[in-house]
Formats: sequence, C-alpha cells, structure tokens
Amino acid sequence: MSVRRLAANQPDSFAFSAESLKQVKWWIAKFPEGRQQSAVIPLLWLVQKQQGWVSEPSIRVVAETLGMPVIRVYEVATFYTMFMLEPVGSHALVQVCGTTPCMLRGANDLKAVCQRRFGDRDHLSADGKVTWQEVECLGACSNAPMAAINDYYYEDLTPETFEQVLDAFIAGKPRAPGSVIGRQGSAPEGGPQVLSDLALYDGSAAKALKSIPNAEPKKPGKAKEAVQ
Amino acid sequence: MVGILEDKDRIFTNLYGLHDWGLEGAKQRGAWNGTRLILEQSPEWVCDQIKTSGLRGRGGAGFSTGLKWTFMPKAESERPHYLVINADESEPGTCKDREILRNDPHLLIEGALIASYAIRAHTCYIYIRGEYVHERERLEAAIKQAYEARLIGKGNVHGWDFDLFVTHGGGAYICGDETALMESLEGKKGQPRLKPPFPAGAGIYGCPTTINNVESIAVVGTILRRGASWFAGFGRPNNTGTKLMAISGHVNRPCVVEETMSIPLRQLLEDHCGGVRGGWGNLKAVIPGGSSVRMIPAHEAETALMDFDSLSALKSGLGTAAVIVMDQSTDIVRAIARLSYFYKHESCGQCTPCREGTGWMWRVMERMATGEAEMKEIDMLLDVASQIEGHTICGLGDAAAWPIQGLFRHFRHEVEERITNYRAGKPHVQGASLQAAE
Repeated sequence: MSVRRLAANQPDSFAFSAESLKQVKWWIAKFPEGRQQSAVIPLLWLVQKQQGWVSEPSIRVVAETLGMPVIRVYEVATFYTMFMLEPVGSHALVQVCGTTPCMLRGANDLKAVCQRRFGDRDHLSADGKVTWQEVECLGACSNAPMAAINDYYYEDLTPETFEQVLDAFIAGKPRAPGSVIGRQGSAPEGGPQVLSDLALYDGSAAKALKSIPNAEPKKPGKAKEAVQ
Repeated sequence: MVGILEDKDRIFTNLYGLHDWGLEGAKQRGAWNGTRLILEQSPEWVCDQIKTSGLRGRGGAGFSTGLKWTFMPKAESERPHYLVINADESEPGTCKDREILRNDPHLLIEGALIASYAIRAHTCYIYIRGEYVHERERLEAAIKQAYEARLIGKGNVHGWDFDLFVTHGGGAYICGDETALMESLEGKKGQPRLKPPFPAGAGIYGCPTTINNVESIAVVGTILRRGASWFAGFGRPNNTGTKLMAISGHVNRPCVVEETMSIPLRQLLEDHCGGVRGGWGNLKAVIPGGSSVRMIPAHEAETALMDFDSLSALKSGLGTAAVIVMDQSTDIVRAIARLSYFYKHESCGQCTPCREGTGWMWRVMERMATGEAEMKEIDMLLDVASQIEGHTICGLGDAAAWPIQGLFRHFRHEVEERITNYRAGKPHVQGASLQAAE
C-alpha cells in the first residue's frame, strides 16, 4: 500500500462551479435512489478537474453533497492513487509508467529525463509548471514506454521524443495524444498485418439476418422458422 | 497469411481504430444485426448457447461464462439483478480491453444488452479504470448513440428495458478483483469481500450481480449471430474461441491482435510481432498471461500453446493472454523485483500476509537484484511466498507470490551466481572491520 496524507497547507473553502454542478447531478442520477455514495469517486474526480487537486475543504463538500460521513470520503480520497492530495504543476502532471512491460522498453530512461528536468518525483518543479510521478501499469503495454500527461496517453516514447512532448506542454501548446511515432492504435509498427479483407467493411455484414443459428423452435401458432 | 485466424472470422473488426467507431460504422460491420432475434429466444437458450460455445471468462480466471450466468436467480424478486462489466484493466502487460472500449464500443454495448437479458437484469454498470479517460469519453459517446437510436433504454426496440451506465475507478489495481470492484462501485475503498456470499447471491447493493470482463461480454453478440459451433471451432477442446492477445516487451513490433486460442506462442510472436528482438535464439523468458502468472523459459516457450491447459501444464497460466517477452539482455531479477514493487504498491492493506508480505518480498527482491542478499534468504523468500499464497481474501497475495516462484523455478542459478559474484570482490563480511576494531 502507499501512505497518502492530505497536504499541510489547505485552502479555506471549496465550491463546485456551475459547470461541475451539472455533472455532479448527472453522476448521482446514474445510481439507484439512496445509493448516491456510489458517485464519490467521480465527484472527487470532478473536484480534481476543477481545482487541480483534492483539498480538505473539497472532501467536506463532497461528503455533504452525497450525505456521507466526511471520514468515508477521506478514506476514498487517500485510498485511490489518482487523487492528487497536493497542488500539481500548472502546465503538466506527468505520470510515467514504470511497471515491468514499460521498464523493459526503456521507462527508466524516461524517469531519468524527468528527474533531470524537474527534480524529485511527486513534487512541484522549481518553476511550478510540472509535477511528475512514476505510476503503475497504465494499460498501454503494447505501446510501451508511455506516459500519461494531463489525463491523455503519449505512447512509444524515447527520451528524445519525450522531451519534445514535455517542451510542448511547458510552452502551453500540448501535442495531440497517442503514439508519437504515428502507430495506428496498438497495431504493429509499419501498419496492421491483419483486417485487410475488404468484405468486412463493404456492408455485407449489415444485411439483416433472417434467422440465427440453433434458434429454438417457435411456439405453436407462430410462423415457422428456418433452423440452420 | 499471417497467423492462423482468417479475417472473415475476426470479431473485433475495428481493433486498430481504422474505421468509424460510431453506431453507423459498427452496424456496417455487423453489430446490432439480429439482436432482436436473439432477444426473442429464452434467457436459458442464451446461457446454453454460450456454454456450448466454450467461452471462458477473458479476465484471467477462465471460468465458463455461460455457466456463471446460470448461477443467477431464475426469477426477479424485489431485489433487482445487475450486470457489472469489469473494465478495470490494470494487469501489467494487458491492454486489450482498451481497444474494445475505444474502437469497438458497440460490440460491448450489444453484448451488455444480451447478457443482461440472459441474467434477467435491467441495469448494467461498466466500471472502467480511472486512467482510461479517452476510452471512457468514447464509451459514453457510443452509449449516447445507442440510447438515441433506442437500441437500449426504457421501451427500446428490442423489447427488454435496459439501462447502461458507465462509472469509473480511481487508479487502484485491486478493483479488478470482482468483490473489490463492487465495494468501489458502492463508493468505498476497494477492499475485497469474503466469498460466500457470491455475487450471484449478494453483489452490488446486496442484489444478485454477475461480473464479467469486457472481452467476455463483447464477443457474445457475434457468437450468437454466427453460432456456438462456429466459435467452438477454434482452438482445442476446453480452450475454444478467438482471443485478443497483447504482446509487449522485447519483440520487434509489439501489438494487440485477435487470434485463435491454442495458437503456438512462437508462431504468435513471429507472425504478428516480427519475432523476438535479435531472433528466437535471443529469447530468455516469457510471461504469457499478464504479470500475475509464472514465467516460462525460452525452451518451454518453444512448444507452448496459448491456451489455458497448455500453459497451466507448464505451471504458468493464460491469464489475460498478455505476453511479456524478455530477451537475453534482460536483467530478469530486476524485472521481477519491479513486479514485486507493483504488488507492494497495489496491496489494499486488508489482509496481513499480503500487506506485510508484499513489502517484505519486494525489499528482499531488491537485494537479490543487486546480489547483496544471502544464499539462505532464497529459501526464506520462497517459504514466505508460499505462506502468502492462498492465505488472503483475494488473489493479489497469490499474484504477488507467483512471479517470484516462477523466477526461482527457472533462474535460481542466476540469482545464486549474482550473490556469489557480489561477495567475490569483497573479502570482508559487512561489519567485520567494526567487530575487529572492538
């Protein structure tokens, strides 16, 4: 487990913006009546999107909104590692995946880039623009090594291309996310070797089926059905 | 042709996102075709067909999906039934569900409707990992399309009232365990529950619940359209069907690809990934099913088949079919030590053997990686690993122990060599000079 505590310096208050409030309602409506507690993770995420991190006053606001004891929200905020409990960089929150599949393809070099440019992990950089972290598997292993920057994935990185991506963020002009070497999703480099049969896409699959295989015999009184 | 599976038999025809992911594109590729005919059959028929197809859960455990559905109560009581789809894909090496979520979301939505009908549920939640922000946005958009076309929702064209909601996690691997996922879905810390009661008896909100992996659900529509025997025609008996396989690590071209079950591992790597970096002879070991299964060395990888039975005979497992390839240049002890760190980081802290043991094992593994450890600690480590294994509520304790056991099963000599070499250059035992001075 990882030990996570609230920041020493906390703001005085927190209030959801009008835009966030709309989303709060939308999330709560997804769950059965009386089960609004289910929305606690999405609401804390909304807090983080609005404020950049999760502060102590915001935990109280979420508790009040969902009718939960504050300690239960506190538990959730400190359990789940996506919630930043301290202010993060103004331009980029860089999360480098360091787990074995990425490590095998050079994640340690990416970590070294961050260390050199921004100092220690989990802290604001000197200029306040960047926070970097090493995180556990982000589930893009076939496009390793990769990093998530402000929620979106940058894949197939090398130390050089990673620096370019970071430079763009610091300059305030983020690059489009995805593979930096132009791979199509998780297709092999150089283009897909499969799914080239044009018959898959010519609409023949959309021709309405008359029957399905092994269908149950229809009950008496209904039309006969072909059984394949 | 590349690999074994032909294009015409692929379920995920937009795996790489080359075509329209939206409703029109999905329909063009055959999704939502005949769904109404399927829902005219009885729920028992759906379960039977899926059982006959031999579909085994694609999330790692490999339990028969159709059989799982039959565990649900046969009639609805005052407690509603729920389907929960586990999209908390976090097993290191695994990145297959992501491709379904972002590129073929309508197959998943259709499957959710059919599966819900089979277990008599009117509500389904998809729990997606928090980091998949793009995938969640895509999925929400696809669901909106399905609602607007009245394919799902109350009073939809299929005649089975059905609501589908997406919710998300907060970056905890443990929530991939079904009972931890339920806790998380209820707005709590993701700490697994004891079983029994099983989810089919009391799941989310105390109601009967079935939890399935994304891939298990997304294949259902196509299986029923094309017939159980079509699906059962791939792979070996008891290991049937097609499967998304994700290859990462030291291959020339890592990728995700749909293949038939039981494809030889070597063929998978050579046909689809351009082979192991530096040639097959440069292979050291393979973790064939995501980080939680034991590794197999190169000579066993030569003949291994990518299915449940072949890999478990090698004391490994198919898991999620996430193949992590390691070539001769790999520091294999460090690679496993990094996995030990992962499990230490992700332990939820509920059971003592796991909470304390994963940290302990990681610290010892780090010393093994440098060679500082002592010889006798190897057996101590294996002893502790076997004491953690099987003594925790969920499988995380097992999953933390297995990679270490796999390492020592095949590469114990390497660790021993490292310990010996570390000592070789140091004629004094640590602390000896201090003792002598006293």
